Amino acid sequence: MSRKMKENFWKAVMLTCTAITCAILVLIIGYVLLQGVKGLSINFLTTSPSYLSGNIGILPDIMNTVYLLVVALVILIPLGVGAAVYLSEYARNYRLIKTIDYAAEILSGIPSIIYGLVGMLFFCQFMNMQTTILAGALTLVVMNLPTIMRTTRESLLSVPMGLREGAYGLGASKWRVVRTIVIPECLDGIITGAILSAGRILGESAALLFTAGFAHTLHGFFDGVTSSGATLTVALYVYAKEQGEFQVAFSIAVILLVLAVVVNLSAEGVKTYFSKKKEV
Amino acid sequence: MSKTADKIMQGVFLLCGVITIACVFVITVYLIISGLPAIREIGLIEFLSGKEWASTAENPEFGILPFILTSIYGTLGAIILGVPIGFFTAVYLSKFAPVPVKKTVGFVVSLLASIPSVVYGLVGMLVLVPFVRKAFGLPDGATLFAAIIVLAIMILPSIINVSLTSLDAVPKKYEHGALALGATECETYLKVSVPAAKSGIIASVVLGTGRAIGEAMAVMMVAGNVANMPKLFGSVRFLTTAVASEMSYSSGLQQKALFSIALVLFVFIMLINMILRKVMSGGEK
Repeated sequence: MSRKMKENFWKAVMLTCTAITCAILVLIIGYVLLQGVKGLSINFLTTSPSYLSGNIGILPDIMNTVYLLVVALVILIPLGVGAAVYLSEYARNYRLIKTIDYAAEILSGIPSIIYGLVGMLFFCQFMNMQTTILAGALTLVVMNLPTIMRTTRESLLSVPMGLREGAYGLGASKWRVVRTIVIPECLDGIITGAILSAGRILGESAALLFTAGFAHTLHGFFDGVTSSGATLTVALYVYAKEQGEFQVAFSIAVILLVLAVVVNLSAEGVKTYFSKKKEV
Repeated sequence: MSKTADKIMQGVFLLCGVITIACVFVITVYLIISGLPAIREIGLIEFLSGKEWASTAENPEFGILPFILTSIYGTLGAIILGVPIGFFTAVYLSKFAPVPVKKTVGFVVSLLASIPSVVYGLVGMLVLVPFVRKAFGLPDGATLFAAIIVLAIMILPSIINVSLTSLDAVPKKYEHGALALGATECETYLKVSVPAAKSGIIASVVLGTGRAIGEAMAVMMVAGNVANMPKLFGSVRFLTTAVASEMSYSSGLQQKALFSIALVLFVFIMLINMILRKVMSGGEK
């Protein structure tokens, strides 16, 4: 009897913990939606803030986020994929591979506030970029390198050796094999890595405070990249903590949550699309 | 022609490969170079064990013991609260949950992981902080306690995901053996599967520790940010928030001291990294 009670007790504990995990998510999302949706309007999404008219709009923050995302991904994807290809196709020196792996591991463990600090010292001050979206994007590139390296490498491992050997046998050079066989075959890993990195970039704030800054001015792409600008997350922080505009903060939070859901669903979608394709 | 292209591309790929090493090197060097001057000026012992932080006072004091202790207590608290919940969720998902439930909760966990920390901070600031204030009759709810709860929630996804992976990898025959000998389901999973997945579960805790000690924004919004020695129901400042909250207006020795705080944080993270490596390599054997 007591054994059965124990059994039921532990089952209840596990169910409760799972329920708590789900309840936390539901509560957070529910509360944010409840508070934030009423603040969303066309005007809110498509105008710039102005102290003169008291208008609050987040268009500049949205555009800054887009610029940051584009610049970071454009630099990040080739670098990360290149590093992964090097590790799996070119590198022969065991110790070098181990060192690169260890370095990637360290990078993925460093907190974003330290990235922000070193990004400020290196990109903004040493490289003389000032506080700009570009400096913020470069900081995030370093931060996300391990992610895209990992997903690309995982997918490179599943490329059959025979494909490469066949191509070599036909007389293809290494670069040609990499270009025409290896990289197309690991496209799923590259896309997954890019999506995961995009998710982290959209949600990042601590690393951007000192590198990309707080400005809310609307710019075109090239001006925008070379000037200071707050992303959605940084804007949320400033509105909530410094200005006490909680309504605005919650409305931005709604957008961020929607983006998080989109990122997760598309990562999931890519996975099923490619696993179906590989089965065929 | 294609041979030169081959050579060039090999160089390009090598460059991409070693860039991670270069990044780690640059980060380490910058943190040491910018962090050491203040420590030298203030004195290592005084800096680490000083109980008073008054960086803008006329006779500034730079003791970071309050931050160090707050970071340690806050992280420990988050681990104590978050690990059991995450652990039992992982066991349930791995061993009991039907496939649709596992998929759904899996999606919930990945969503929890991708909610930006400022959103956690915002909800914590407007829901948790007032709740703590009322529930415990405090003048202000922005306390270490509120920060611990937020951190516990934020480390849940790491704990669940890493534990889940290692629990899923336990060979089925272990469990079948135990069940065939007459052990109940819970006995089997908690006494056979969990020990078999031990290294992954420990790794998840270490990973969670790293996440908790490095979190800045969410904590900054709920912990109150006063440089007190840590009290569960007092306003506190973490290592991360000490850097973040003063950086924008700091100068001179104060700024140098902030870099030194970052260096101390970096040392903590490297220690955690080394432990994680030990745990993981122990699991491979």
